[in-house]
Amino acid sequence: MIGTLARGLFLALCTLVALPALAAVDIQEVKSEGGITAWLVEEHSIPFVALELRFRGGAALDAPGKRGAINLMTGLIEEGAADMDARAFAEARESLAASFRFDVHDDSMMISAKFLTENRDEAVELLRKALIEPRFDPDAIERVRAQVLSIIKSNASDPGKIASTTFNHLAWGDHPYGTDLNGTPESVAALTRDDLVAAKNRVMARDRLYVGVVGDITAEELGPLLDHLLGALPATGAPMPERATYQLKPGVTVVPWDSPQSIAIFGHEGIKLEDPDYFAAYVLNEAVGGGNFSSRLMDEVREKRGLTYGIGSYLAPMDLGELIVGQFASANGKMAEALDVVRSVWTRVAEEGLTETELADAKTYLTGAYPLRFDGNGTIAGIIVGMQMAGFPIDYAATRNDKIEAVTMEDIKRVAKRLYRPEDLAFVVVGKPEGVESDH
Amino acid sequence: MRRILGLAALALAPLTAVPAQAADPTSYTLDNGLQVLVLEDHRAPVVVQMVYYKIGAADEPPGHSGIAHFLEHLLFQGTENMAAGELSQTVSRNGGSDNAFTSWDQTAYFQRVAADRLELMMRMESDRMRNLKLTEDDVRTERQVILEERNQRIDSDPGALFNEQMRAALYLNSPYQIPVIGWRHEMEALTRQDAYDFYKKYYAPNNAILIVAGDVQPEEVLKLAKTYYGPLEPTPGLGERTRPQEPPQLAERRLKMVDPRVAQPYLVRNYVVPERDHDDQRTAAALTMLAELLGGNAATSVLGQKLQFDSHVAVYASAYYSGVSYDDTTFGYVVVPSEGVSLAEAEAALDKAVDEFLAEGIDDAQWERIRFQLRASQVYADDDIGSQARTYGSALTSGLTIEDVQAWPDILQSVTKDEVMAAARDLLDRRHSVTGWLSPTEQKDAVQ
Repeated sequence: MIGTLARGLFLALCTLVALPALAAVDIQEVKSEGGITAWLVEEHSIPFVALELRFRGGAALDAPGKRGAINLMTGLIEEGAADMDARAFAEARESLAASFRFDVHDDSMMISAKFLTENRDEAVELLRKALIEPRFDPDAIERVRAQVLSIIKSNASDPGKIASTTFNHLAWGDHPYGTDLNGTPESVAALTRDDLVAAKNRVMARDRLYVGVVGDITAEELGPLLDHLLGALPATGAPMPERATYQLKPGVTVVPWDSPQSIAIFGHEGIKLEDPDYFAAYVLNEAVGGGNFSSRLMDEVREKRGLTYGIGSYLAPMDLGELIVGQFASANGKMAEALDVVRSVWTRVAEEGLTETELADAKTYLTGAYPLRFDGNGTIAGIIVGMQMAGFPIDYAATRNDKIEAVTMEDIKRVAKRLYRPEDLAFVVVGKPEGVESDH
Repeated sequence: MRRILGLAALALAPLTAVPAQAADPTSYTLDNGLQVLVLEDHRAPVVVQMVYYKIGAADEPPGHSGIAHFLEHLLFQGTENMAAGELSQTVSRNGGSDNAFTSWDQTAYFQRVAADRLELMMRMESDRMRNLKLTEDDVRTERQVILEERNQRIDSDPGALFNEQMRAALYLNSPYQIPVIGWRHEMEALTRQDAYDFYKKYYAPNNAILIVAGDVQPEEVLKLAKTYYGPLEPTPGLGERTRPQEPPQLAERRLKMVDPRVAQPYLVRNYVVPERDHDDQRTAAALTMLAELLGGNAATSVLGQKLQFDSHVAVYASAYYSGVSYDDTTFGYVVVPSEGVSLAEAEAALDKAVDEFLAEGIDDAQWERIRFQLRASQVYADDDIGSQARTYGSALTSGLTIEDVQAWPDILQSVTKDEVMAAARDLLDRRHSVTGWLSPTEQKDAVQ
């Protein structure tokens, strides 16, 4: 089912971290007899396995006119399979204390499973039924369709969602990146069972499958498990969509919204993951808008002026288009000043790059933080499947910090000029910002 | 120092055969009253240091709501030995992450770093326990930040505003009625002196718990704790933590909140119910099982089945209970009606579903599935020692002991169906409840 309806019923002001796991990540490549490749980290100290599956293409593979089909299909995968209706399937999963999560983004469909060693075969067989023989029963379709429609409705009055949807549409137009993967109320209402079956076959195919496994299982056991679980998927799916064309005009777009605070998303076209300057760009963004309290944007907008609770930026190198984007919220009366501060930070970075100290700090942070990411079987399974999708070599984890260390001040200066373009900056502001007008 | 727990087997064992997975905690209490807990996990060279203070929004002086959370922000300013922001910068430079959080019953600070940086973290965290310096300028800027935080988290979100109103109506006298972030008009008036007075009194070793989890040896942690936290002065005369208690609740309350920004109307009903008490966790265990039975997975829970699957009254229906709390806590339901179903109809369907459950009793198969999942969750929990550290932190700042935490899984397994049905019948008393409707326009009361 689609599970994002639960609202935060309790207010807890917190940001939590999860904790450590494997010291050295020893990844093996496993090739099954049936031809499925997986990366595996054996970790036998706790009797369970975390399995991550990814299908490249994700919701961007929606057929023309069928926006929302892959999302709805994803929500229906565990709502009945083979001889079980939704309830019988859920009861079977609970009886095994296994967990299956299904999710979809524009570049990939994601399946995260955890199951105990003591009933591994039964859990895998149950998951196989969901992946290979989902039923798409009419009553389940209607129930999940109603949930999706409810989410679409909620998103339409969520200023953060309005900001990102508007920004994406202005940036990418009618390409799937420019429209909501949930679909529109009309497109979702029109989806049929046949559309869902077609959607499944478009995305869930072996030619775009990536597998990461961490936990209490050996390479010898994993091969046959994968053939059983995934062997019956179609060999090929739909062709990948065309590249998206960036079309966002510089300047401010205000979306009026009645709220004491405005939300702003800003940015422009970014840099490809394969670009030789990607690592320099990554280090640069860390210093300018990275996730910690000492970034330039945090310092200028929050620490020095108290204009926001939080501000950050990130690189978004998607498969078919790239952005560099940031986001923050400010009181309506302070948004104009905050926008000016963001512009001037952007301009100074483009003109001057970073200081030696900022570069050194960003490097020590990124290189120090990297090993700390490998924190728990499920997390590591997600990391190693992501490495495969990015096309990284299996020893990437061992060389990644060297690539960060190799970034020089000259690299930073060159990339800052190339990547940070104040004249291209586009802002979408949702709220009633005082003294801020749309430029077009 | 005094070892307060019978965990000698672990603490004194020679360092062969170190368990690969999370073990029972080792606990000490320093002479100045600081409780120290160590959780070992040697799978990765990582450590988390957490300091929990037994102080939260429910301990604030009347009229100063938000001071606990405001102070949490101010703890990132400097001391005699550290410049403002230096702690976070040092953590970043070492590749770590740090943050803090405030709730009604506790305030906590944590860093996650490579295990060999623990000493540096202890030096800095212990420094700000007693030596904070606050300038008027810092306080002024940070007050703007918390007001922006309130704008972002609460005032921009009708659901969050609705939660505030629901709590304020649920508790008649308990300070749980105030929001953690504070009421805006009181936040605006918070001063440097308010923050400093609160700090001087409550940020003290005899009001704190230090939890170190990860790739560490208990003896080493204790040595470092004595070095850095040992010399800190306790606050004298810090008595029993007592708060205004609820009087008998005699009248059911109902709220209707209308906000045009609401896209999806829903209803919530909350009851005041007992929390997990030291040496008496059975009632809370029964309520925990009850919330699972009524509102666990939608496809198999009582409310999910009756409201989402059988009748299609709701797109979402659930029940929730969280037993870790210093004073009486909340049990609740939430129902998001389907398109075309009014809140009145959804509420009537909720009442009917609960009445049917009281008449029909507990399904044996569902009962056993929940018990098995709770047992399995202990296996999965071993994969996340940070989460275990937080479990101990919130429990020990909510009046529970290490023994209570360790006994909890067995208590959950030993609770009977009769106890759960008794809790459902006796504790979910409408006179102790608030029912709230949130919608974009005025709603009709009665089912037509």
